[in-house]
Amino acid sequence: MKTLVSLTTAALATVGLMAAPAQAAETLNAVKERGEMICGVSTGLPGFSLPDDKGNWTGLDVDTCRAVAAAVLGDATKVKFIPLTAKERFTALQSGEIDMLSRNTTWTHTRDTSLGLNFAGVNYYDGQGFLVSKSLGVTSAKELDGASVCIQSGTTTELNLADYFRLNGMNYSPVVFDTSDQTVQGFSAGRCDVLTSDQSQLYALRTKLDDPNSAVVLPEVISKEPLGPVVRQGDDEWFNIVKWSLFAQLNAEEMGITSANIDDNMKSENPSVQRLLGTSGDMGAKLGLSADWAYNIVKQVGNYGEMFERNVGKDTPLAIARGLNALWTEGGIQYAPPIR
Amino acid sequence: MADPDRFTPLPAQAPPSSSAGPLAWVRANLLSSPLNVAMTLGVLYLLVSIVPGIIDWAILKATVSGDGPNACDATEGACWTFIRLRFDFFIYGFYPEPERWRVDVVLGLLLLVVGPQFLSRFPGKKWIGLFGLTAFPLIVAMLLMGGLFGLPEVETGKWGGLMLTLVLSYVGIVAALPIGVALALGRRSTMPVIRAICVIFIEIWRGVPLISVLFMASVMLPLFLPEGVNFDKLLRALIGIIMFQSAYMAEVVRGGLQGIPKGQYEAADALGLGYWKGMGLVILPQALKMVIPGIVNTFIALFKDTTLVLIIGLLDVLATVQASIVDPAWGNVATEGYLFAAFCFWVFCFGMSRYSQSLERKLHTGHKR
Repeated sequence: MKTLVSLTTAALATVGLMAAPAQAAETLNAVKERGEMICGVSTGLPGFSLPDDKGNWTGLDVDTCRAVAAAVLGDATKVKFIPLTAKERFTALQSGEIDMLSRNTTWTHTRDTSLGLNFAGVNYYDGQGFLVSKSLGVTSAKELDGASVCIQSGTTTELNLADYFRLNGMNYSPVVFDTSDQTVQGFSAGRCDVLTSDQSQLYALRTKLDDPNSAVVLPEVISKEPLGPVVRQGDDEWFNIVKWSLFAQLNAEEMGITSANIDDNMKSENPSVQRLLGTSGDMGAKLGLSADWAYNIVKQVGNYGEMFERNVGKDTPLAIARGLNALWTEGGIQYAPPIR
Repeated sequence: MADPDRFTPLPAQAPPSSSAGPLAWVRANLLSSPLNVAMTLGVLYLLVSIVPGIIDWAILKATVSGDGPNACDATEGACWTFIRLRFDFFIYGFYPEPERWRVDVVLGLLLLVVGPQFLSRFPGKKWIGLFGLTAFPLIVAMLLMGGLFGLPEVETGKWGGLMLTLVLSYVGIVAALPIGVALALGRRSTMPVIRAICVIFIEIWRGVPLISVLFMASVMLPLFLPEGVNFDKLLRALIGIIMFQSAYMAEVVRGGLQGIPKGQYEAADALGLGYWKGMGLVILPQALKMVIPGIVNTFIALFKDTTLVLIIGLLDVLATVQASIVDPAWGNVATEGYLFAAFCFWVFCFGMSRYSQSLERKLHTGHKR
């Protein structure tokens, strides 16, 4: 599906570029005037954007939108979520239907350069991995020679898989399914030895097995999938706001500021904490925002670590370890430029 | 005492059990030939091996109670708790909770409008029907969208679930029928320009798949509109569905028009009726009656086609189910979810089908063979 999508979007790119004229500083004003930020999310992806029992959106991508709303409008609830399919997500952004896209979108060269879009950071480092049954006794993807592999058809997953096995001189037989729930049913019924998908989704699919503990995710990651929020090209002010909203969350975690202790930190003597929370300096004004922009983000949405743990962390059914998404100080690669 | 000369018939005996009664029925219908015997046994075997399992799963071992995913941890049967807890989401989608009574009112009104049409005699039924086709959609639109008379506005982006399915299909049905009739008449018109326009319209819309119509409406159209002009996604989808279905409807109605003998047209002319009166009083009532099965077929197809709005990010009842079954908090509840969605569709499609049958019986005036 991803190939089809990229073809369509490439075809639309020219049209999109024409339809997206100079919009400098327009988005911020439009959002402030409307009193509401419009954010494109997926139609239902565990851990990233999923409606709960009450029809409220939850997830990492959803919280990324809420952080921007908190920074701009001072209220994290003032977001209108538009569920988008993979096919229409870029058009919705290009045509101005949404202000930002936060929909589990991989940052790639083609998308960044030819669609008239800008990626404003990475809120989750993902990668394609393998799920195997524990009873198989496999501990590494290198031992998968001759395995039958369940895949969802038409995705880049299929290509990555073929590349990986060819590169390592191994054979496999693909068992192709149409949707992710069929794929997991196939795996559960023993139609294949291995299930492959993006790692974050493997954890979600695992919860659908009769006994989720009977399967493990192998350590190997065979592709790079940096996922992040996207904005239109040509409105640098808005681009900065979205980018620094995420950076503010990362910086807050690095400084140990959480939604619980942030009010104590307002009295902090530490200059970098003061700059982040707006008790000194004019960091907010430089973005065109109020001085308490970062305070609002952390107070209402939390720092990056809180956001991660709440949606995909070890106490959620997904139980994903921080891994690559830990701060650079803790062995991960989440690294935000300083607020200075 | 009875007259000995008089003949008294013996009381009639019951027919032999081989020609009447349940046993005879079984013999005649289930065991009449070796092939039938084999098929009966085969079907019996299938029923015995499948049905208890289904009952076990769906009723005996199923869980309904509980207020969270944990309720289903120990169950071996169906987890109806999932459906119960997500029921509001499946019905109302993202419609804000304090405003949901408006959807309830609309559903109640819908029952009041449609219900009498199923009864053979009901005072003012015709007027209720007329109300349902004209003023009712406006009242519904006003209630659901709000923004008037102090009702808070609920933008269409928040509509979802079964309510969205019903809105899409009701508006589609109410709008597609008259447009379809007009197109069918236009296609049979003697005026070349009108005929050409109708033929082109019908052939273009009938020649493309609905999925591409919706995709164009949602993905391509915004790119061609001037900057800042954005019209409602639901409206775009609705217009797409109406155009598409009216083309199909036109062809169904045209089939009916062609089935009317030429004599009827001539009779209408001979009575001195003009084109509109002749069509409205003589031809169309007969033609529409003949094609009721075709019309209802199109309606049912339309009702089921509304699920395609999923590809443009509108969450109808099936899409809300799909978005819910992937929730990692719940175990594998895909079967329960899809069964629920299937049940919703079946109820409405079956209802439409029954209504068309009763309509056919009622309008039956001796043409039926």
